[in-house]
Amino acid sequence: MDPLDPKKRANRKLVRALAVMTAGSFAFGWALVPLYDVLCRAAGIGNAEAKAGKSVVAEAIDPNREVTIEFLAQPASVGSFDFRPKVASMRIHPGKLYSAEFFAKNLTQQASVAQAVPSISPSGTAKYFHKTECFCFSPQKFAAGEGRDMPVRFIVDPGLPSNVDKLTLAYTFYDATQSATPR
Amino acid sequence: MANAHSSDTAHHDDHHDEPAKGIKRWLFATNHKDIGTMYLVFSLIMFFIGGAMAMVIRAELFQPGLQLVDPVFFNQMTTNHALIMIFGAVMPAFVGLANWMIPLQIGAPDMALPRMNNFSFWILPFAFTLLLSTLFVPGGMAAGGWTLYPPLSLQTGDSFPMLIFAIHMMGISSIMGAINVIVTIMNMRAPGMNLLKMPLFTWSWLITAYLLIAVMPVLAGAVTMLLTDHFFKTSFFNAAGGGDPVMFEHIFWFFGHPEVYIMILPAFGIISEILPTFSRKPLFGATSMIYAIASIAFLSFIVWGHHMFADGMPVAAQLFYMMSTMLIAVPTGVKVFNWTATMWRGSLSFEPPMLFAIAFLFLFSIGGFSGLMLAIVPADFQYNQTYFVVAHFHYVLVPGAIFGIMAGVYYWLPKWTGHMYSMGLAKTHFWLSAIFVNVLFFPQHFLGLAGMPRRIPDYAVQFTDWNMVSSIGGFAFGLSQILFAVVIIQCARGGKKATAVVWEGTHPTGLEWTLPSPAPYHSFTTAPEVR
Repeated sequence: MDPLDPKKRANRKLVRALAVMTAGSFAFGWALVPLYDVLCRAAGIGNAEAKAGKSVVAEAIDPNREVTIEFLAQPASVGSFDFRPKVASMRIHPGKLYSAEFFAKNLTQQASVAQAVPSISPSGTAKYFHKTECFCFSPQKFAAGEGRDMPVRFIVDPGLPSNVDKLTLAYTFYDATQSATPR
Repeated sequence: MANAHSSDTAHHDDHHDEPAKGIKRWLFATNHKDIGTMYLVFSLIMFFIGGAMAMVIRAELFQPGLQLVDPVFFNQMTTNHALIMIFGAVMPAFVGLANWMIPLQIGAPDMALPRMNNFSFWILPFAFTLLLSTLFVPGGMAAGGWTLYPPLSLQTGDSFPMLIFAIHMMGISSIMGAINVIVTIMNMRAPGMNLLKMPLFTWSWLITAYLLIAVMPVLAGAVTMLLTDHFFKTSFFNAAGGGDPVMFEHIFWFFGHPEVYIMILPAFGIISEILPTFSRKPLFGATSMIYAIASIAFLSFIVWGHHMFADGMPVAAQLFYMMSTMLIAVPTGVKVFNWTATMWRGSLSFEPPMLFAIAFLFLFSIGGFSGLMLAIVPADFQYNQTYFVVAHFHYVLVPGAIFGIMAGVYYWLPKWTGHMYSMGLAKTHFWLSAIFVNVLFFPQHFLGLAGMPRRIPDYAVQFTDWNMVSSIGGFAFGLSQILFAVVIIQCARGGKKATAVVWEGTHPTGLEWTLPSPAPYHSFTTAPEVR
């Protein structure tokens, strides 16, 4: 090919630009992963607050306001774990530190690792639910057949919008034996 | 074949006036007409393979209960029917039409990058051989739906990596095809063929090609994440490791929604060529047609959330996706209005391409209306995962995209082969297709509204009647397509000589009608002047 042929040169220039666009789209696809986290955090969806790792201190307790916290617990797949809250719900005052317990039992005959993933609803309220300590912060190891109670300590932010009088904390319990690596 | 290191002139492509003999003509093809033909034949074969899978699905659904296949195989059929029809039939057919027609329409001697063109075609047979061979590996074909949602898709057996690599190959092929189209259109137009004089089919492909470049790499990224989640213990979509399966749906549909426009915009272009020809009037509002395609392409990037309303998302996001989705009805409405206005008081004649174009206009609009219904968030909660969705997307893809392709083939076939095809046979093919596509898909609206879930091989007895009707429509529609192949083969072999203009009528834009029929192996070696 004649390197001076203007047509070929124009073609090559455009191909290069389009190849850069293609690479840009590929990069954008991967950039959606951190972007998704950022958007979820901004919207206060799901587990976003826990991932932020924000430290919280007990704030002014609001004795005049009561909020119901409901607890849900479910294993991600049937058969490997029994998993349930010790109490179905609690009435709490915003700003005060509370503790709740969940029970989990390894139903298999070998040592297992489980990871609990929390979710707060209604959507947008995750940023008002602060966990100071939680079994969901790290993978939980269980010996064969072992069962135990696991605590979560939390403060509900007094800034919780006044139209919300009920929050649901739902945990899904995933078998992470395969993917458990020291983090 | 031209030898790269010995050819120092810019004219080495001109040495061969005749095609090479035998298999070499096809293996080493760099001629846009040869490559276009290969794309079209390939997509026809895939259309029949994907169709055979659809026949298995409809046969199983003829009656409630499990008769013919086990549920896993049924799910393998639904998954691979979709993958083959989308990536194997519809997309390569449009690329084939682009290869044949874009250089002819804009007065270019060939595609801008002929060797890359060869490569982008020849990847496809390997990709689909890989995909189809998964039928024979332990665990069978992928059965988790063509959308590949994790965690279900991660449970696919040994075929999983083969599926992912096949998708990568299809993606590379489409991206190279798209780059070729853009470079050809931007750099190879005949003098005087400015952008606004460009035929609508070429225009629609220019925009489609940009969509392909923007979203196919995103799909490649998403399936690569699936692959690393499966084999390398990453946790992109694994909640136990801090990932989120819903994120896959967002990334997938960021690709997936523009993808549905990739499958329809070139059909819009074809219809915009055919209706003026057989109405003997110029296209009504040609410039607004281009703006409408561009607006639809832009909107396609911001509406993906409507595929996942029922997965949970903030109300503000639901409202945004609902409104933006409904906004698409505006440019689409402009197009439907302009097409109808083109026919208004035209001197109509009803040759096969026109019949398919009119059926497209009418039936695609039905698919558009059910799409509007699905866009309404509270209604979508009811329709989600039912046969109503199946009816909707088959209405836009079969009498939409596929009728568009068939219309285009019937329109340009005499230009390719130099022969007129059997009008009687082609019209029979049209009427059988148009009737049975409705018998096949219209009852699925009723089934969906009554609550029949999709992707399930069995159903409650009250759904039996409409399923039987739908299956009968399916078998008849499937069989009628054999006529399509017969018409094409007959026309390739011989028939009445076609004139250069082929169809008497007005041909305001494309240069293809200035060439004799069949179009010579090398055309426009000196650029024509466009006034």
